[in-house]
Formats: sequence, structure tokens, C-alpha cells
Amino acid sequence: MSDALPEEIAAPHLPSASTTRSEFLKPHRIVLALIGVGLIVAAAMTLRWDWLPKYGDLILAGLWMTVLLLVVTSILGFLIAVPVGLAQVTGPRIFAWPAATFCTIIRGTPLLLQIWLLYYGLGSLFPFIPEIRQSFLWPYLRQAWPYGVLALTLSYAGYEGEVMRGAFAGVPKGEIEAARAFGMGRFTLLRRIWLPRAFQRVLPTLVGETVLQLKSTPLVATITISELYAVFARVRQDTYIVYEPLLLLALMYLVLTAILVYLFRLLENRLTPKSR
Amino acid sequence: MATAAGLATRSAADTAPLVPVEVKNLHKRFGDLHVLKGISLTANKGDVVALIGGSGSGKSTFLRCINMLEHPTSGSIAIDGEEIRLRKDSSGDLAPVDRRQVRRIRTRLAMVFQSFNLWQHLTLIQNVTEVPVHVLKVPREEARERAEALLHRVGLYEKRDAYPAFLSGGQQQRAAIARALAIQPDVLLFDEPTSALDPELVGEVLAVIRDLAEDGRTMILVTHEMKFAREVASHVVFLHSGQIEEQGPPEAIFGSPNSERLQRFIQSIH
Ligand SMILES: Nc1ncnc2c1ncn2[C@@H]1O[C@H](COP(=O)(O)OP(=O)(O)OP(=O)(O)O)[C@@H](O)[C@H]1O
Ligand SMILES: [Mg+2]
Repeated sequence: MSDALPEEIAAPHLPSASTTRSEFLKPHRIVLALIGVGLIVAAAMTLRWDWLPKYGDLILAGLWMTVLLLVVTSILGFLIAVPVGLAQVTGPRIFAWPAATFCTIIRGTPLLLQIWLLYYGLGSLFPFIPEIRQSFLWPYLRQAWPYGVLALTLSYAGYEGEVMRGAFAGVPKGEIEAARAFGMGRFTLLRRIWLPRAFQRVLPTLVGETVLQLKSTPLVATITISELYAVFARVRQDTYIVYEPLLLLALMYLVLTAILVYLFRLLENRLTPKSR
Repeated sequence: MATAAGLATRSAADTAPLVPVEVKNLHKRFGDLHVLKGISLTANKGDVVALIGGSGSGKSTFLRCINMLEHPTSGSIAIDGEEIRLRKDSSGDLAPVDRRQVRRIRTRLAMVFQSFNLWQHLTLIQNVTEVPVHVLKVPREEARERAEALLHRVGLYEKRDAYPAFLSGGQQQRAAIARALAIQPDVLLFDEPTSALDPELVGEVLAVIRDLAEDGRTMILVTHEMKFAREVASHVVFLHSGQIEEQGPPEAIFGSPNSERLQRFIQSIH
């Protein structure tokens, strides 16, 4: 059953932009959709959902937190990944080496460990530093979310930094050279040619990486951040109902993934050259 | 300050004609490989200089030194009478003292590459307006109008919103020429502009270049198309292993070559 779910639920959300309605309504798709609807109806009728109204608000808050974490850390992470990738491709060694080391460490250690190191390590160090205790940042640094955001951001930056390295290196040399030959300065070249070209190449990879990032967010539940997974863990604790909350949780992640993939596809369609 | 110097040299143009390209005693080494062994070459206004020579003789390297895509080991380069200020760097080659000067000079030289090197994420019209708008700061509207006229001239007006990847090699190279013309360069540098093309596409590109030559453009053209060089060039330079073996007007070079190497080279091409 859990194997069958992704197919029917994800598929209807993922029409490629070029699919027309008639292509979309193929017989096998209709059958799968009907099976999906049947399963949902069966689940709704036979399983216990009476806990749902009571936790509705909490679930929405958790959902919001998860989306926020995903969006914020992916964007910040990508902004870091660009210089990290670039430094490895063209930077002098004093930049290239730390960037490569950063990627290796982030990619080579479990995210859970990074989160804990930041939260329990840094987080327990800060109270002993008077400058930090007295600074305007202290009210934030006492909370858990800055550490979660930082850990997820660095993680995304580490993986994407490596991906961007490949993307920058993969832009044909001739195109870069043409830009230089026409008098473009380094910054203009990066902004107008190199980065857009690399970004275009990296977009298909980025979808998968961002989906992985989404599925990494539950790890910050371990440092008391109330994102989606944490809320469902609490439901289970309170009600002793195990199966239904997890099922709903899985469904919500699936829907989030589907939306994410769809948004990226829109972006990809906009950025990829088409014949006309 | 840089612009002031630029203006000064420009205004001098009214009195004495400036020499678009003047290269003196250029050497280039790649490690132990001595690729250019003292090349001097002058292109006056309206000259079409054809560079010919065997593979590996240093033609591309010479062309790339002119706009500093390659750093020469020694020698001097002056564009429109303005000498590029160079100094030895740690690698032993000459690096520009002032990047801005090089960038400014590069906007007076436009290069057309063997493999076109159009920017693949931009449409043809965007390729042509890119440098005017983002380097030369020409107003967008003006750049666009000029670009449309240029694409019209090279016969690609209808394709202006297409991406390079969907065009034939000949079309891409013609677009690359439009991109080069868009910066209103004083000198056009061509590095084997037709070598990467299927034979049936060579003609359309040569026709565009011929058109430019007849316009009185100053050009330096590396080519293997001997017939074309003979018809279009005002001056032919034969390069052999990093040295100018022979040079002169096309009639002399192709009609009565002196050196045995040139004779053999011409025969081998035919
Ligand atoms: N970046 C480089 N590093 C090392 N050697 C180089 C480099 N670029 C060129 N060379 C060498 O310099 C020599 C001249 O190369 P160049 O490309 O200028 O020849 P060419 O006359 O343009 O030949 P072709 O007709 O094949 O284009 C060749 O032996 C080449 O291998
Ligand atoms: Mg060459």
C-alpha cells in the first residue's frame, strides 16, 4: 500500500508543461487515479481520524515551519554554494582549498551530527561568552531555530557547492573566453554569462537536491524545533495512535515534494532554450 | 582618468591617422615550447590581413595575443596608437599593468571564433546586444535597434529570438559576426571562421566577411580558404613555426611565392 501511494499521488501533480489534456488523461492514468481515490476513501472510512481536528492548528504551524525552513535554508545555502563552487574552479588556492575542505566535511559527516554539534556544541558555548550574552542576538541564540537554520543551510551549501563546482567547470571555455574577448569585467562575466549558464545546467540536479533537503528537515525535530515531523511525533505521544498520523505525514511530504518538483519544472521551462 | 586618456588618443585621430594594430617583435612561449618567435605586424586602416600557415604555426596564438587572451612573453602591442602597458609577471610572461586598459582596448577589437562561442543561454538578439548594453552601456533601445539592423544584414533577422543551439553552424557564425559588429569595433579578428563548418555552409559566412572587407573594415583573418584570402586580403602573411616566412600582396604570395616552404604550403592546400 505504501508502495502504491507515491505513484498515484505524485503523478497527477506532475504533468510536464507540454502535456496537453488529452495526453494527460491516458487510460492507465485514469485507472491509477481511481485506485488512488479508492485508497483514500478507504483510509478515510476505516481508519481513525478523530484526533485530527484537535491538532489541525498545530499541524498547520508545523507545515509552515517546514516550508519556511526549506525555503530559507535552500536559498541561503545556494547563495553560499555559488562562491564555494566558484572558488574551487577559479579561485586562488587560499580560497579553493577551504572551499573544497568545507564541501568534503559537510558531505562526509551525517547531518544529524552537524545539527547536534552546532546546537549542543556552539549553543552551550555561547552562554559563557559575555559579549554574546549581552548582544542583541542573545534572545535569538537562546532558541533552537537559529542552529537548525544554520545546520541545514551549511548542509545545502556543502552539497550544492560541489554541484556548482561541476556546473561552473562545465560551462564551455569558449563562451567565457568570448565574454573576456569583448571586454567584459570579471563581475559582469560572472553575473551575465557564467552564473546563468551554470545555473541552467544545474537546475535538473537542483530539484533532486532540494527534495532531499525537504526530507532532511525532520532532523531538526531532535533539537526541539516544531516542524511538521515534530508535530506528528507529539500527536503520537499524546494519543497513542501510531499509524494514521504517520500516513498523513507521509502524504504531506509527498504533496510538498510534488509541489516542489512542479515549481522547479516551471522554472526549468522558463530558463531552458526552446526552438520556436 | 582612463576615459580621459582614451579621449586624448581619439582626438588625435583627426590629425594623424592612427594605426589600428601595430605589433612589434612578439614572442610567446608555452613552457619550453617557443610558439611565436618575434612577429611584427601592422594593420593600417582598411587593411585586410590574411594570416596563413600550417597547423601549429602559431596563427591562433598570435591572434589571441593581440587582444591579450594569451599573454605574450615579450614584445609590444598597440591598438589605435595606444600601447598596452605590460610588465613581467611571476610566470615570466607579460601581464597587463591595468586591467581596465585591456578591457577598454578589447572593446575596440572584436573577435570571431572558429567555434562561434555564442552564449547559449541567450537568444541571437540578446547575444548581439549583450556587450553593448552591459559593457559599453549603450541604452537598451538603441542597442536593440542596432542589433536588429545587424542581424538583418547577416540575414538572420527572422531568427533573432531563436537560441544558438537550434541554428546551423553557418547561421551561428553569422550571428557571431553580428555580435562582433555590434560593438562597432575598429578591428575585426577572425580565427578560422569557416573551419568548423560543413562545406555547404562556408559560402554564406565568407559572403558576409567579403561584404565587410568591401566596407573598408580593418581585419586580421586567419584562414585556410586560400582562394578567399587571395580575393579579399590586401596583405597576406605566411607564418611558419612561429616566424613570418614571407609576406606581401596576395598576387605576389599566391602568384610567385619565393620561399620553398610557401610554395609547398600552397600546393598542399590546393
Ligand atoms: N595553451 C597552450 N598551452 C600549450 N601549448 C599551446 C597552447 N596553445 C597553443 N599551444 C601550442 O602552440 C602551437 C601553436 O598553436 P596555435 O593554436 O597558435 O597554432 P595554429 O597556427 O592556430 O594552428 P591551427 O591551424 O591548427 O589552428 C601548437 O604547437 C600548440 O600545441
Ligand atoms: Mg588555430
